[in-house]
Amino acid sequence: MTTSRLEELQQGAAERQSFSIGELVRRRPETITAALLVAICIIVAVANPAFLQPSTLVDIGRASVVMGLFALGVLVILAAGGIDVSFTAIAAFTMYSLTVLVQNHLPGLPITVILVIATVGGALLGVINGLLVHHLRVPSLIVTIGTQYLFRGFLLSFIGTVWIMSLPPQMGAFGRLPLLQFESANGATITLPFYFLVLPIAAFVTWLILNRTLMGRAIFAMGGNANIASRLGYNLKKLHIFIFGYAGALAGLAGIIHVCANRQANPFDLVGTEINVIAAVVLGGAKITGGTGTVLGTILGVLLIVVINSVLVLVGIPSTWQRLVVGVFILLAAAFFVTRQRNK
Amino acid sequence: MHKTGEQLVMLVVINCVLLAVGAAISGGTFLSVFNLQSMASQVPEIGLLAIGVMLAMCAGNGGIDLSGIALANLSGVLSAVILSSFLSSSDSEMAFSLAFMAMTVGVGLAGGIINGLLISKLNITPILCTLGTQMTFMGLAVVVSGGRATTVGSPDLLSRIGNDMFLGMPISFLIFAIVAALIAAVLKFTPYGLWLMLMGTNPKAAVYAGFPRTGIIVGTYALSGTLSGLAGMIIAARNVNVKFDYGSSYLLIAILIVVMAGVKPEGGYGRVVCVVLSAIALQLMSSLLNFGGLSNFVRDFAWGLLLLTFLAVGRYDVVGFLMPFKGQLKSSAPSPQAPKPNN
Repeated sequence: MTTSRLEELQQGAAERQSFSIGELVRRRPETITAALLVAICIIVAVANPAFLQPSTLVDIGRASVVMGLFALGVLVILAAGGIDVSFTAIAAFTMYSLTVLVQNHLPGLPITVILVIATVGGALLGVINGLLVHHLRVPSLIVTIGTQYLFRGFLLSFIGTVWIMSLPPQMGAFGRLPLLQFESANGATITLPFYFLVLPIAAFVTWLILNRTLMGRAIFAMGGNANIASRLGYNLKKLHIFIFGYAGALAGLAGIIHVCANRQANPFDLVGTEINVIAAVVLGGAKITGGTGTVLGTILGVLLIVVINSVLVLVGIPSTWQRLVVGVFILLAAAFFVTRQRNK
Repeated sequence: MHKTGEQLVMLVVINCVLLAVGAAISGGTFLSVFNLQSMASQVPEIGLLAIGVMLAMCAGNGGIDLSGIALANLSGVLSAVILSSFLSSSDSEMAFSLAFMAMTVGVGLAGGIINGLLISKLNITPILCTLGTQMTFMGLAVVVSGGRATTVGSPDLLSRIGNDMFLGMPISFLIFAIVAALIAAVLKFTPYGLWLMLMGTNPKAAVYAGFPRTGIIVGTYALSGTLSGLAGMIIAARNVNVKFDYGSSYLLIAILIVVMAGVKPEGGYGRVVCVVLSAIALQLMSSLLNFGGLSNFVRDFAWGLLLLTFLAVGRYDVVGFLMPFKGQLKSSAPSPQAPKPNN
């Protein structure tokens, strides 16, 4: 027994040396995402040097905030073995109702309070998801398809369908608040907005939760095997409420940032982008069956999708190809990760 | 399997109640021949997609087909674009119609086979695979049509399928009924049907029992894809134009129909007749909401609520509510069909 174990270890070490790249990819699938991202950037930069202008990079950073926040929430849920498609509806619901509320009843509300209310509101809607998923015991995909229509239908039929073009002043000001400002070569001012900071903070918090707390352990345990996790004493109900609540909170925050950044509140926005977000998380190496996933990979996946969305035009591919390219990427990534898993 | 009959009876009762309510509210016009015909002609598109979703769900192991409506639109768009490049729908009506019908179904079949191969050969989870193919199919439809609506026109045979009656029944509804009956027969009388349900109940045991797993999965998704192609053909026949984003809420509605029909989301059980009845019930409800003058958004809200309600009904087995030891059952005997309740 001991010798064979020892041999196995030695053999394993030898294999690790000879197949170090394969091993690296298996252990950290996000290296592929990073490589792909770098490759695409290089190709685009060669084909069209305009890509490397600071304005393009700032645009990419700005565009990835909302999607990144969504993706972090989806990562936590995927890691726990679930799936959520209702987060865009949660975001639309919170952002629009909150904007209406601030505009009509509480015009003087400071922006920090607005952000907190959005986060809490999103979390509450997420908790509804969590409770339903836990108690109905059906695949969370089906439950969240239901709640997506529920939230969005409620928003559009009872709260309003009017496009709000002039935001309350404090929200508009938050969207314009600069973090970094500099002039480009041709004299235009380029601004990296202050709200960009929210993404790294949220990523760090998510990383802390997943890697440094018992909750993170529990999440991966449930994603690995829910039955065993429950026998080990993890409270699945608490877990469901936490993961969906957390994703909802991030979605609420993302929604209000979306409004501030675009300086308008459109109740028809956001819903429909959920597949892009899930694609980003999956491209970042998280398995859709749960138990794996990293924050770094997710952020890389988001960047990959945002870059694909914004650079196709730069290299002369019509924007109509965007969906097809992302779809093919999802399938390739899925096939690739599955084959790697099997070859281990 | 005592639930089998119950579900059927419940759906029949729901349908009758809805018809009665409609008649009462509208003072009889709800039951007029014209209204019944127009409702019946709206069922086939969504009913065909729902049967496809049901088949995928029955296969178990997280089986679901999210690519249905995208594939239906792709088959319509692709056929319209390719055929109209060398056939004119107004000059050679018959040839165009026949070619269009064959091609939509062919594209659907091909798309379904791709789904099946990806799932069975590459072992990609059905949710992820069909999410990816949904996006790919839709993207392909956008690329070939340039994102615009493509005109099919109304060549004789095709437009008759979409709009005409046969013995007072819309032809599209007859096609739907015949296809549903065929699939029901296949599920009931062929080994494939038995294999599908048994594999859905316990995939591991099915492999050890020597079931042709790849064949069953590819067959199931191919069948589901063919139904999508057929739905695409009917959509084109009814609407003159085809577009990549037609019927964006059909995915939810198809799943809602299937859940209402008592198909188990974890696989292994489902009846075509229940799916047909629940598709009809949903159409009746939709028309009722229209009669009440409610907006589409209220309808979306109602669909979401209905889906969750039916999930709850399936979960708590309404009768179980009346039992005194309901709580005990829930905690001490988790249902064996749901080993992973969370995903």
